[in-house]
Amino acid sequence: MSEPAKSRDARRVRGLSDRTIAWLFVAPTIALLLAINIFPLVWMIRLSFTSLNLSMSYLPLRFVGLDNFTDILTDEDVWFRLQTTAQFVIWSVALQVVIGYGLALLINRQFRGHSFWTTIILLPMMLSPAVVGNFWTLLLQPQIGPFNYLISLFTGVPPSSFSMTGQVSLAPWTIVLVDTWMWAPYVMLICLAGLRSIPDYIYEAAEVDRASPWRQFWSITLPMTMPFVMLAVLFRAIENFKMFDMVNLLTSGGPGSTTELVSITLKRAAFEKWRTGYSSALAIILFVTVFGAANIYVKALNKVKQR
Amino acid sequence: MRRLKWLRSTAASAVLATVALGGLGGGEAAAQSKQLTLCWAAWDPANALVELGKDFTKQSGIEMKYEFVPWTSYADRFLNELNSHGKLCDLIIGDSQWIGGAAENKWYVKLNDFFDKEKISMDDFVPATVVGYSQWPKNSPNYWALPAMADAVGWTYRKDWFSRPEIQSAFKAKYGRDLAPPKTYDELKQIAEFFQGREIDGKKVYGAYIFTERGSEGITMGVTNVLYNYGFSYDNPKKPYQMQGVVNSPEAAKGLEFYKELYKCCTAPGMTNAYMQEGLDAFKSGQVAMQMNWFAFFPGLYKDPNVGGDKIGFFVNPAGPNGHFTQLGGQGISVVATSDRKDDALAYIKWFAQPAVQQKWWQLGGYSALKAVVDAPDFPKSAAFAPQFLESMGIVKDFWAEPSYAQLLLDMQKRVHDYVVADKGTAQQALDLLVKDWTKVFKEQGKQVASQ
Repeated sequence: MSEPAKSRDARRVRGLSDRTIAWLFVAPTIALLLAINIFPLVWMIRLSFTSLNLSMSYLPLRFVGLDNFTDILTDEDVWFRLQTTAQFVIWSVALQVVIGYGLALLINRQFRGHSFWTTIILLPMMLSPAVVGNFWTLLLQPQIGPFNYLISLFTGVPPSSFSMTGQVSLAPWTIVLVDTWMWAPYVMLICLAGLRSIPDYIYEAAEVDRASPWRQFWSITLPMTMPFVMLAVLFRAIENFKMFDMVNLLTSGGPGSTTELVSITLKRAAFEKWRTGYSSALAIILFVTVFGAANIYVKALNKVKQR
Repeated sequence: MRRLKWLRSTAASAVLATVALGGLGGGEAAAQSKQLTLCWAAWDPANALVELGKDFTKQSGIEMKYEFVPWTSYADRFLNELNSHGKLCDLIIGDSQWIGGAAENKWYVKLNDFFDKEKISMDDFVPATVVGYSQWPKNSPNYWALPAMADAVGWTYRKDWFSRPEIQSAFKAKYGRDLAPPKTYDELKQIAEFFQGREIDGKKVYGAYIFTERGSEGITMGVTNVLYNYGFSYDNPKKPYQMQGVVNSPEAAKGLEFYKELYKCCTAPGMTNAYMQEGLDAFKSGQVAMQMNWFAFFPGLYKDPNVGGDKIGFFVNPAGPNGHFTQLGGQGISVVATSDRKDDALAYIKWFAQPAVQQKWWQLGGYSALKAVVDAPDFPKSAAFAPQFLESMGIVKDFWAEPSYAQLLLDMQKRVHDYVVADKGTAQQALDLLVKDWTKVFKEQGKQVASQ
């Protein structure tokens, strides 16, 4: 750029205040946020009151008031899907917390090679859910999958006599198992951060007071890591409420509708049945549910932190 | 201070430059080469089409680009593209059930004028494919596609196993008849039961492979082959959309029960969510005696070094107590209405409709629907599965092709899978619920649905 041009630019920006420049910096982000988050949200709220079905977009768009919401809330199938989702969330998060916390306690002991084992334990959560879904499908294949052979080895049940993803009694536990395998390390990581944040002098004081290891755990470790555990529960519960890819690959919601989580129902309504109005209403109901529950939970978390 | 000024100047310039570049990007006019994009499913016939398309490029100078998507996400992907008026595809080989929605939503270019101008007559094509792939409304002279890939459900069997003397005699001793490709579903079940768990060449084998897939269309495309032949219809032919007592007739319920029995008695373990590829794998690995699958895969299976050639045989979908039909598959080729290259796309269709091209299409592994090809005297001898294919195309029935077909299909997937695989309720209850679901869908679509 030539010298006169440079000085013209300098003159032009000289009059801008810090606030204006700050706005200039954040403006693209805000515009992007409005365009890809806020606008679709508002648009979705609008659509939830209409009869729009994209596979029949030639039909006139009708305002249907609360019909979509009433349809959803009075639909037995939707309630079943919500129950299935709740069961999946509760069991998988509970197992992940127990296993993740246990692993964190183990890894927190500075044994030889603990860095190596930490890396090994963290591997599953670094994989894509699509990859996890596909390779667990192979592992669980009743005829060639090693999982059934392993079970057979311990129980004597013939390997091809049961199907982890195809039997109504086993499929829900299978998705819990795979999700726990994948995400317990994540909980471990958060809990480990909590364990490492506890100052050593507290344990030293407890030792002086002759507190047993069990007592130290209940009175020091658990209370001081509780905010971390609660944070992990919050993250995992929200993620699992939205769980789609892994379950879709493992079972496609089957057998029948046994493992059809509400996210699969939503995807089918929105992008397979093209019931845009209906699926917008369902998305709003789910959003409000998660948002409400998360808010209550965060308040509880803050109380625990203040203790 | 000087540093602060420099920072301010840089920041403002960066923001201005970003805005300016964004503006430029929007207005950029891309140079367009002579190229067409054809969208279809990723499967064996698609490879044949790529090979065939080279001739078109040679003749016209138009490069062909292909967008092939696996079957399990084929409908999701391309219906999304069509719904959003995307420009990815110039030509699309869309599933037969899409035709209603594609016509009503004007996703496809109507081809009547083009056919008239180019003297392409639909009378030259197999009637079932014209109704199934091209017409909307059905049985009216409104054409939205050229029949491109004729297809139906058929069966393969292990001819080498069937012809073994020890197996033949064991079967005859048990059932009092010769072991031969089944003509009825009862015969098929007997044969499947006979092979189930039998040891052949030191390996445990299973009776039959049938479709059970939950996510897309699998179990519906499988169960209908039995339902049609037990007396199931989509609606009353005299009263359109009247489904009560037709979809859920006692005969239809018996058909559904039969499919479940077949699934329970005679399939390999773990086939709870299996469609085309799983069937091919099961057959190629020597696991099953009989396999339900689409004719489209039969050329590939015939060429398979392990189970093809003399080892494989083919038969038409067996009859049931109340009829003899099979599920229509296949697709027509259409010009996408939002394409910028409609003329080139029409030129492709004109080229594709030629008898010589259709003949080559069949030779390469595609299934022509042109009568000049399939009615030729030497056609039945042109492939081991050609006679069965011809017979099947004469007895096909298709699923709903309404604009709301996806809802209708997913409702059936759910109800049938719930009953057959997840053991939920009875066959009658499953079909009653299906009638309820379908009635709701049609009412939402504004159709009059008579209850009786």
